[in-house]
Formats: sequence, structure tokens, C-alpha cells
Amino acid sequence: MRAPSRARTDWIGFQTIIIREFNRIARIWGQTLVPPAVTATLYFVIFGSLIGRRVGSVGGFDYMQYIAPGLIMMTVITNSYANVVSSFFGAKFGKHIEELLVSPLPNWLILTGYIGGGVLRGLLVGSVVTVVALFFTHLAIHNVFATVSAVLLTSVVFALGGFINAIFAKNFDQISWFPTFVLTPLTYLGGVFYSINMLPDWARAASHANPILYMVSAFRFGFLGTTDVDLRLAFGIMIGAAVFMFTLAVQLLNRGTGIRD
Amino acid sequence: MKPALVLKNLSKTYKNGVQALKGIDLEVPEGEFFALLGPNGAGKTTAIGIVTSLVNKTGGAVEVFGHDIDRELEVAKSCIGLVPQEINFNMFETCLTIVVNQAGFYGIPRSLAKQRAEKYLKQLQLWEKRNSIARSLSGGMKRRLMIARALMHEPRLLILDEPTAGVDIEIRRSMWVFLREINDSGTTIILTTHYLEEAENLCRQIAIIDGGRIIERDSMANVLRKLQTEIFVFNVRASLQRAPALQGFTAHLIDEHTLEVEMSKEQSLNDIFAQFSAAGIDVTSMRNKVNRLEELFIRLVDAKPAQPAAAVLPA
Ligand SMILES: Nc1ncnc2c1ncn2[C@@H]1O[C@H](COP(=O)(O)OP(=O)(O)OP(=O)(O)O)[C@@H](O)[C@H]1O
Ligand SMILES: [Mg+2]
Repeated sequence: MRAPSRARTDWIGFQTIIIREFNRIARIWGQTLVPPAVTATLYFVIFGSLIGRRVGSVGGFDYMQYIAPGLIMMTVITNSYANVVSSFFGAKFGKHIEELLVSPLPNWLILTGYIGGGVLRGLLVGSVVTVVALFFTHLAIHNVFATVSAVLLTSVVFALGGFINAIFAKNFDQISWFPTFVLTPLTYLGGVFYSINMLPDWARAASHANPILYMVSAFRFGFLGTTDVDLRLAFGIMIGAAVFMFTLAVQLLNRGTGIRD
Repeated sequence: MKPALVLKNLSKTYKNGVQALKGIDLEVPEGEFFALLGPNGAGKTTAIGIVTSLVNKTGGAVEVFGHDIDRELEVAKSCIGLVPQEINFNMFETCLTIVVNQAGFYGIPRSLAKQRAEKYLKQLQLWEKRNSIARSLSGGMKRRLMIARALMHEPRLLILDEPTAGVDIEIRRSMWVFLREINDSGTTIILTTHYLEEAENLCRQIAIIDGGRIIERDSMANVLRKLQTEIFVFNVRASLQRAPALQGFTAHLIDEHTLEVEMSKEQSLNDIFAQFSAAGIDVTSMRNKVNRLEELFIRLVDAKPAQPAAAVLPA
């Protein structure tokens, strides 16, 4: 029997990781799919319907319409990150990461599999929130390419972030530290709920140092055709971050940081 | 024919400074059923970890069927199946999922993986449990699940790190039959165990590792031949003040009711009993002092040559 080609065995291995990640998301749906839908509904009710009515319009759109892309993006960011950080850390902690380490799958592919799982959850939950949003407001797509590429790139970047966090984490505290103290504040300050044009000059300038602002803006542009930032810069930042973090994560895996003594 | 496994001057120092392997050389021919023995902390799991990419080596080289793990890692990995010492599957996945996914990581298409899953889960008496989550299995079932998982890609080299620890005698024996069949069909097997009976039953060649060095590498038959003497413990009825003088044996008084006597293979227990009778010593019970594996270790470890003297080192 001739050995099957490397490309084919690698592809099967990659699919297997994706299937396993999908099953994990589905198995613990009460932790993965339901909470974001509940949170998003609350946001829409409180910020959109109750407070939003008093805010009036932002950039020519009613407030609900303006924040919907921001809320979808926030969900994608949180869930892409959460999926990879908890799945990979869980695999480290439960030792079943060894199932992958002994296998002939190359490290970049193991990484790609986990990123795929994070993107899958990000998009699944993002879709749930989009459906919720449609109950509250009207969403039209201005530019499909910008919408899709912004959401995919952002999801990849934060899935990678979750992966790197999990590699370094030694206990469960260390996988919740970064999301709580860095990710959530940056997301809230990243123009999810407002346009930075509403801010005083110094705060607007400071916001430009926040990468999440670029992601949210690019995604919102896809829907509304309006943006707070230069879109070329926004996509440059997303692609740059993805490439840099991917390279870093592969190197950490090759070295065995946090997973091999 | 390339050997199944070659270790060349393999060394490992952990970050905490523990020197787990101090430069070991080992060759395991293809088709062999090989025992890697040694006391706790000897370095067995570390050596296996390096071979299977779970531990980074500090120095030396590893070849699996001629494939160097530094140059052809993926090919080398695809030849090996590992049953690790510690349980390492996802406790919330079902048996079937665990083995089918493992096959997937080795590039086995899902349809073929499902056929093999049925075959191996049945052979390891786990088929009824296929839809149970791993956490709900008993300890012995978990070990068998790890064996089924390691066989899914039908590796040419199967490495088992204490596969029968905590497995009852009946299942252990059926596992022996199973492993022998796998070996007969051409798979090279390397096994670690703390049961000499197991190594004796299964393995033709052994290496003994102690303190990170290989101290013995021989056929099972030769090693067992080295076990020349045994110590017997006798419990006696009357209290003794001192050990009796025995012709051809030395008895040690452990406490007033216990005697230890060392005996070589050529000598006869009848002889001891005859002398006890003559001395009016009434023996109530008797047993071997240690199990044979411990005895083997103690003998080999004690007999281990001291560090090479300066004189034998090249100038
Ligand atoms: N991850 C680790 N970090 C530091 N030291 C380790 C690590 N793993 C093993 N060691 C040390 O390395 C030495 C060899 O351990 P190893 O697990 O290889 O022994 P073993 O022969 O498999 O023992 P056992 O029969 O108990 O399984 C021991 O001193 C152990 O404490
Ligand atoms: Mg061990």
C-alpha cells in the first residue's frame, strides 16, 4: 500500500481538530452559545431601546443601528478569544494536548486547527447576535467584502491571542486575567457604543492607539459605509497583527513553551 | 533492516536541574518485544517522552526505523503508537470519539477510522462502552482505551509505559495475549513495567535503567540466569536467642521468631529443613523475602560498576 500524501493526511488531521472543536462548542452550548445571546439581547434592550432613544442619532444613523455592528464585533472578539484560550488551556491541563503532540501533525497546522475552532465559535455566536439585532433594528450591508474580511481577520487575531494566552497560562486565573483587564476595557473603549468623534480631542487621539477601534470601525463601515479611521490602516493593522501573532505562536509551539518540559 | 529504535547518547536535564538521563545508548531491533525496566524515577518515562515528542531532549539523537527525529520528525512520529503512563484523554469525550479523532490526527480517513475503532474497541472489550464518556470508565478500562487509541494508526512501533498498572490479573493476562498477537503480527513493542512476571512472560530482550543510565542490556534469559540466589524468610514457633549454625547456609535472626536464609539455585530447601529439624526448630511458615523484580534491581543496582576511574578515560 502506498502511503497517502502528506497534504491529504494533514488535511484530515486539520478537519479532525475542527470537528473536535465544533463538538466541544456544541457539547457545552450552555456556556458557549447561550450567554452571548442573552448578553446581546440585554445590550440591545438597555442601550438600544431605553437609553438609545435619548441619544438620538450618531453619524446620521439611529443609535441602535450604529451600535449593532459594534456589539456583533464585541461578541466575535470575546468568543474567538474565549474558545481558544479555554480549549487549548483545557487540553494542556487535562493532558489531552499530548494526543496532538505525539501525532505527525505539524505545529502550524495544530495552531491553524485551534484558530479555526475560535473563528467558528466567533462566527456562530456573531450570527446569533446578528439575528437578535434584526429583532431590534434594520441592518443593510454596504460593503460585503469589508464586512466579511473585517470579521474574519478580527476573529483570527483574537483566536491567536487566546492561543498565546493559553500557552503561557499556568492556572485558570491566568486565562481570565487578560480578557478581564485588557480585552474588555479595550473593547468598550474601542468605539463599540459611540463614535470617537463624540470624544474630546485627547480621548480621540488616545483611542487611535487602540487596535480594536480599527477593527470595529472597519466592520461598521461594511454595514453603514461610515468610519472613524483610515480603512487601509485598519486592514493593515489586522493583517499585520495576524501574521505577527501566527509566527509567534508557531515559534512557541516549536519550542514547546508551556507544553513540553 | 533498520532497527525500530536507536538512542544515541541521549541526555535530559529538566529545568529544575534533575538529570533524568545521563547519556543512554540503546538499540531495539525491529520485531522485538522489549522490556525497559528500572526503579521509580529511573528515567523510563523521560526516555519514552523524548522518543514521542512529549519531552525536549538536552542532547543526543533518536532514530525511529532510521528516521532521525531532528530531521524527519513527522515520519518518525507516524511510525510510533504511545500508551502513556498517565491517563491523557479528554474525560468528557466518548470512547469512540477519542479513538476516531486520534486516527484523524494521524491522517486516517474517518470511514476507515470507524472500522478500526470497532475492531480495536472490541478486541479490548470496550465496544459496549463506546458511547460512554471516558470519565465514567474504570481505571482498567481507561488503560485499555489508551491501548486501543495507540493502535488506531497501526504503528510499526508500539510503546507502552506501564500499561497494566492497576489492572486486575484476569484482564492483565488477556492483555498479554493481545500484545503477544500484535507482536507476532510484526509490530515492535517496547514495554515498561514493575511486574517482572509480565516482562518474563512477554519480552525477549530487556534493558534496565537506573539513575538515568542503562545498567543492563541483555536477553531476558541471560538476566534471569544472573539471579543466582534467593532469600527465604522462616517464621519459627519457639523464640530463638540467636541464629542457628547451618551447614552451607547463613541464617540471620531478624527477631526471635523470624529467620532469614540465603540460598543459591544449586542448593536445596530440603537441606535447610533437615537441619532445622535436627536443631529442633519448628517452622510455621515460609516466604520469599522480596519479589524477584526488586531482587533483580537490588542486585544489579548494587553491582553497578562505580563511576569510570580516571585511568580508563582517554588522556
Ligand atoms: N517534568 C519534570 N520536571 C522535572 N523533573 C522531572 C520531570 N519529570 C520527571 N522528572 C524527574 O526525572 C527523573 C526520571 O523520571 P521518570 O518519570 O522518567 O522516571 P520513571 O523511570 O518513568 O519512573 P516511574 O517508574 O516512577 O514511572 C525523576 O527524578 C523525576 O523526578
Ligand atoms: Mg514512568
